[in-house]
Amino acid sequence: MRREEVVDISTAVVDEDGWGPLSGLPGHPLMWVLIASELAVFGLALLGYAGARLHDPIAFAAAQDHLDRLAGVINTAVLLTSGFFAALAVDARARGRRGAARLRLTLAAALGVVFLVVKSVEYSRDLAQGFDIDSGGFFTIYFLITGFHALHVVLGIIILAIVLRFDSPGNYETGASFWHMVDLVWIVIFPCLYLLR
Amino acid sequence: MRYESQNIAKIYWYGALLIFAVQVVFGLIGGTIYVLPNLFPTDLLPFNVVRMIHTNALVVWLLLGFFGAAYFLIPEEAEREIHSPFLAYVQFAIFFFGALAAVAGYLFHIYADQARSYLEQPLWVKLGIIVAALIFLFNISMTVLQGRKTAITNVLLLGLWGVAIFFLFSLYNPANLSVDKMFWWYVVHLWVEGVWELVMASILAFIMLKMTGVDREVIEKWLYVIVATTLFTGVLGTGHHYYWIGAPGYWQWIGSVFSALEVVPFFGMVVFTFAMVWKGRRDHPNKAALLWSLGCSVLAFFGAGVWGFLHTLSSVNFYTHGTQVTAAHGHLAFYGAYVCVNLAIMSYAFPLLKNRAPYNQVLNMLSFWLITSGVVFMTVTLTFAGVLQTHLERVNGIPYMDVQDQLGFFYLLRLGAGAVTVVGVLLFIYSILVPREQEAIAPTSLTTAPAE
Repeated sequence: MRREEVVDISTAVVDEDGWGPLSGLPGHPLMWVLIASELAVFGLALLGYAGARLHDPIAFAAAQDHLDRLAGVINTAVLLTSGFFAALAVDARARGRRGAARLRLTLAAALGVVFLVVKSVEYSRDLAQGFDIDSGGFFTIYFLITGFHALHVVLGIIILAIVLRFDSPGNYETGASFWHMVDLVWIVIFPCLYLLR
Repeated sequence: MRYESQNIAKIYWYGALLIFAVQVVFGLIGGTIYVLPNLFPTDLLPFNVVRMIHTNALVVWLLLGFFGAAYFLIPEEAEREIHSPFLAYVQFAIFFFGALAAVAGYLFHIYADQARSYLEQPLWVKLGIIVAALIFLFNISMTVLQGRKTAITNVLLLGLWGVAIFFLFSLYNPANLSVDKMFWWYVVHLWVEGVWELVMASILAFIMLKMTGVDREVIEKWLYVIVATTLFTGVLGTGHHYYWIGAPGYWQWIGSVFSALEVVPFFGMVVFTFAMVWKGRRDHPNKAALLWSLGCSVLAFFGAGVWGFLHTLSSVNFYTHGTQVTAAHGHLAFYGAYVCVNLAIMSYAFPLLKNRAPYNQVLNMLSFWLITSGVVFMTVTLTFAGVLQTHLERVNGIPYMDVQDQLGFFYLLRLGAGAVTVVGVLLFIYSILVPREQEAIAPTSLTTAPAE
């Protein structure tokens, strides 16, 4: 390829690695493509929820009252703490303290497991009350959004495990970016589904 | 052209162009039947057979085009000859014979009568397709494995393996109609909104690499982003076919949310092609190939992306399902995404394969505008027809055939647009195959233009 013919006139910034605006972000740029896609999906799902709720506010409010708000609060605290440990892990790895970084990342992943345990207790109570994904209205959307989020917690734990195995500083940033997306999305989902009336 | 075995592409593309002509001619016949239902004797040429040939021929020639594109670009990317040119010709013979036999059989009312659009081929043709696909995958995989591996060939291989694997679901035909439809979409949706998109993106990336001179590094990164967003949105986007077939209701949410985002990779391809051409600034002499490439991304964005989004939300689709809105979307999406990308790579490659300077570009570009005008006009016409049909039939509750009577004017306009499309297609084939001494309009060189 004749490289000398390429004249970059589109931007004053020299794009060294070809990733354009994504190169400034921590971790692997493709992770940020995934994060943006995830945010779009959760955003659209919550918009859909808002629209459906507007359509039938009374039934939605009644259904919402069956949720366990305390479990939601506990899970919020669990995920935020987990995210805090993930951030500490990235910091430790950047300073070259590999052992400390591993310990912190393991704690972050373990708290992810706690989240899943609390969530499954909640789900089993919902199911015992006779609500499932086919109930329609509020509960179909609730199961879809929280279920999709829980799948991301599972995926996040797998990603953190991979980072523990291949523990370069860059991988720490990539894994933690995904993990923070998972807890940030929860912080938006939780008030929308559990609290806002 | 740098490798002898790239010539294999020629035979695939000749076959593709022949079936392309058959496809649009049968489209024209189908459009005529809409306007004059009794012009052709219905026992000889019933509408269902005409429609079947129109859609099957489309899929077959697009696949032949993809095979040709793979045989053309893989040697250059892998930097070695195709593993076995002999097998490539055997594969062509099996595939092309199967396709012709299927079309001829349809005319004599021989087809797998399972009410499964696109999959009407008799079992032995399906098995032939699978054998041909296996030969193809073996051949190109061996070539790539022994040669240089690039992002373009990796994505192309991923796409082509997916094409073959998902076709296997055509063999499974459960008795339960809902389950049948769920698996039917594994072939149809996961092809056109999944793996075919990967093939399309890698062909476009190859053309951009060759024509603009932008660094491979940059092009590969765009390709990764497009592939990631395609798979992220397209796979669960399958849900938008599960709204009303008896699948659980939550598919309405999953299908709506994910398929609404299917526009993202198509928009990505528009930005990609235009950014590369802008960045590259290489004045490539093959203007026709560039026009088809840019046209491809733009028309795919509108046809697949925008016209798809129009009726993808379950609350909208509840009213529009199976109306002419679907036909409008189908025509522009297939044309923009897959017809254009095939014609783009052919326009780029044929001058190289025939060792001629870019030739007949003026006629080629004229054919782009003729076909594009025809298909876009058809799409707009059918959209109006579909909106009217939705309102009269689905909102006002007027019976189906009474509504069809009122849509006659739109079908007449569609027929005209179809005729223009056929003329454009024939012109394209002429411009590619028939050599000329010089361009229809001689190009002026900028340096010889008089200064003011």
